[in-house]
Amino acid sequence: MTAADRSDPLVRLEDVHTFYGKSHILHGVSLEVRRGEIVGLLGRNGVGKSTTLKAIMGLVHPTRGAILLEGQSIGHLPAHRLARLGIGYVPEDRCIFRLLTVSENLRTGLDGRGVSEARKKQLLDLVFDYFPVLAERRGQAGGTLSGGEQQMLAIARAMMLEPKIILLDEPTEGLMPRMVSQIRNIIHVLRREGVAVLLVEQNVPLTLETSERVYFMEKGQVRHHAAAADLAADHAVVHRYLGV
Amino acid sequence: MTRRHTLVFWTGFCVVVALLVVAPFALPEFWRRFLTEILIWGLLAMSSDILIGYTGMVSFGHSAFFGLGMYGAAAALLTSRPPSLWLAFFYGLLAAAAVAAFVAYFSTRLRDIYFAITTLIFSQIFYVIIFTWTDVTGGENGLNFSRPALAIPGLFSLPFTTLTLYWFVLAVLTVSYLVLRRITHSPFGMVLQSMRENEARTRAIGYPVERYKIVAVMLSGLFAGLAGVLYAIQNRFAAPDFVFFLVSGEVVIYNVMGGIGTLVGPIVGAATFLLLREGLSRLFPYLASVAAEQGIALPGLAEFPHLIPLGIIFIVIVIFMPQGLLGFARRWLNR
Amino acid sequence: MLEQILIQTINGIVVGLILALVASGLTLIFGIMDVVNFAHGELFMLGAYVGVITLAGTGSFWLALVVATVVVAALGAAIYVTTLRPLLGRDPLNTILATFGVSLVLQNYALWQFGPVARKIQEPVTGQFPLFYLDYPWYRLVIALLSAAIIGALWLFLKFSTYGVWIRATTQDRVMAQAMGIPVPRVLTIVFAIGAGMAAASGVLFGPLVGVNHAMGLDWVLKAFIVVVVGGMGNLGGSIAAAIFISLMEAYASLWVSPAQAIIVSFVVLILTLLIRPTGLFVPTPK
Repeated sequence: MTAADRSDPLVRLEDVHTFYGKSHILHGVSLEVRRGEIVGLLGRNGVGKSTTLKAIMGLVHPTRGAILLEGQSIGHLPAHRLARLGIGYVPEDRCIFRLLTVSENLRTGLDGRGVSEARKKQLLDLVFDYFPVLAERRGQAGGTLSGGEQQMLAIARAMMLEPKIILLDEPTEGLMPRMVSQIRNIIHVLRREGVAVLLVEQNVPLTLETSERVYFMEKGQVRHHAAAADLAADHAVVHRYLGV
Repeated sequence: MTRRHTLVFWTGFCVVVALLVVAPFALPEFWRRFLTEILIWGLLAMSSDILIGYTGMVSFGHSAFFGLGMYGAAAALLTSRPPSLWLAFFYGLLAAAAVAAFVAYFSTRLRDIYFAITTLIFSQIFYVIIFTWTDVTGGENGLNFSRPALAIPGLFSLPFTTLTLYWFVLAVLTVSYLVLRRITHSPFGMVLQSMRENEARTRAIGYPVERYKIVAVMLSGLFAGLAGVLYAIQNRFAAPDFVFFLVSGEVVIYNVMGGIGTLVGPIVGAATFLLLREGLSRLFPYLASVAAEQGIALPGLAEFPHLIPLGIIFIVIVIFMPQGLLGFARRWLNR
Repeated sequence: MLEQILIQTINGIVVGLILALVASGLTLIFGIMDVVNFAHGELFMLGAYVGVITLAGTGSFWLALVVATVVVAALGAAIYVTTLRPLLGRDPLNTILATFGVSLVLQNYALWQFGPVARKIQEPVTGQFPLFYLDYPWYRLVIALLSAAIIGALWLFLKFSTYGVWIRATTQDRVMAQAMGIPVPRVLTIVFAIGAGMAAASGVLFGPLVGVNHAMGLDWVLKAFIVVVVGGMGNLGGSIAAAIFISLMEAYASLWVSPAQAIIVSFVVLILTLLIRPTGLFVPTPK
């Protein structure tokens, strides 16, 4: 990748407002993620971090402001189109298809898109390489997997679509500490594969370790923005926005 | 409610009632009876609003309350000599209350769609029983009886004319409206509305939600039964058709068309629907005869079912005017 | 006596399979989009009528079956797109009412177009075979087999085809299905069309057993709803089991009471289900 590629934003939000019924959730969020970049999004519960991800994914439509993917406005597009345009989503609570098998979970996004069987197999093998546990359980129903395995399945499922960016919503929530390093490894893998990541997390150390830049949200807006390296030394900012 | 609101409301109320009182003088016989029927269906629709609009429980069972009220009145009018008006009310309301108690029990155990389907099934259970128990209920043909007089035994007896019956029904509807309005504006009514918004929270605050539901169902059922009694008195027959679940469906239609949660809305909805139906049923034969005069033959136009455009209008209202006609009018007026 | 019971068992299974066909569509639709399709009985009825017309025109029952299924499936898709899609996300009461309105329109359209007199569909397979003391029509067995075959085909479709997996995924989690790139709006339309088509097929299959008239949908809608609730809303296997169970109960009951009264049996089953196990009698208890 050339330096020029890396500096054009892949995803950009400009003053995005969203509502839930009469509630004003996002009050003008602006941020950007460049190609291949790992960006963190931190803030207390309820400030709108998940909603921001949902807005990018097209699950919530902005009433004001713009969401751009590679310069094209996508705020009005339905989610299933955005998935095919290269946005991957791993929600809080994983939300894998519990009654489908691991294989079905992985393949279903690729079916019916004119992807050849050979390519599907290739991607499956790649994913199974990164997540051997899923290979073992490929015929099992998703609901029978443990929490950590489901999290891996959720991420693997998003990876199958060869996205340009993956939106990760609290991937370590409810996981044992041992699994947190698994998540760290997965994020490194994503960076290696050139996939950008927008990471929403409560686990501050993990976020600071893996991200290059971090945004801080408060009351539906982005209030602060810094390079992760600078924040490692300066804890005051983190305290201020997270009360940690 | 602000003082201005109250003033506006009561003024409007008196104007409307006054208009309704004098209306029959300007109308031929058929329309007087038609107006009486509109008022009766309006009462039925209003009773259903207690559940749908205020408590948030959609019920397809009102045809059961209505029908039992009708048959109860029939029983009284067939067994009392001379046919007693007050006995008709008593039997009818008793029958409706019995059904309501039954439904009320289930209302505490079931939610939403399951409650709706169960009430629908109840209507059908009563329909089947009434339809097949020919000895007692007259089966398919129903029961015929004579209209009681407005009487206090020993004092006076005034047979109803179309006009006096109309005023009697209007009086019952007006009083019912005022009573229900009082109830829905009371603390009890507030709790019902809170249950509609969020039942779990209402329960968490400490209200015995089950008991409120039972009372709401009984209230709704009683007024529906009242409508049934009035219908029996007006038409002098009771038939199983009125217990069929389609009638419940129509009642829900009146509610949604007019605007739920307003008490008045369902009455407006009933009036609109019935007037539209009457109008459309005359329109097509009229159009066909006009065309025939011009020498254009349009086969099938005369028999074109008026329920088709009515159904389409209804669907359009559901999609584009979810607050019903009243809600639409309100928004339009507020602009 | 034993013979009567055995005959009623067969009758119950035959009717049960047709009911299962109707109910499957209904439960599939409910499972994926939370829509209680009040117009389902009318789709059944229109299927029968299209069958009548095609049969009259071509003389072939089997062609009538296919044409009816396809035509009504298309109608179903049209109804979904115009009436139900705009209501997505709103209170479920709205869809009940909208489909109720649709059923009114369809019923009256049929009344206007075809008149109140019942029509008949000729059975494609005539002849009987001796069953105990009766001459049992072959046709009834044909219906049972065909219904079972169609349901089996549906099951295979859902398990193995692309759209089948999409349908299952969307039923489980509509939001995540979208996030996975599944074209959910198209999937919903297709499910409604499939449901409609299956109802139409049942109408044609059932046609020879009863007269085809504009009101035939009403009874079936009610029974289908009972089956869907007893079987567990959204649960395909449950609906099939419930359909056969309820039809058997009714068939046995009609040994003692009139058929009009036998329907009370299904009402009672429904009430008991709702009191004891509201999620469905035939739903396996989650582990």
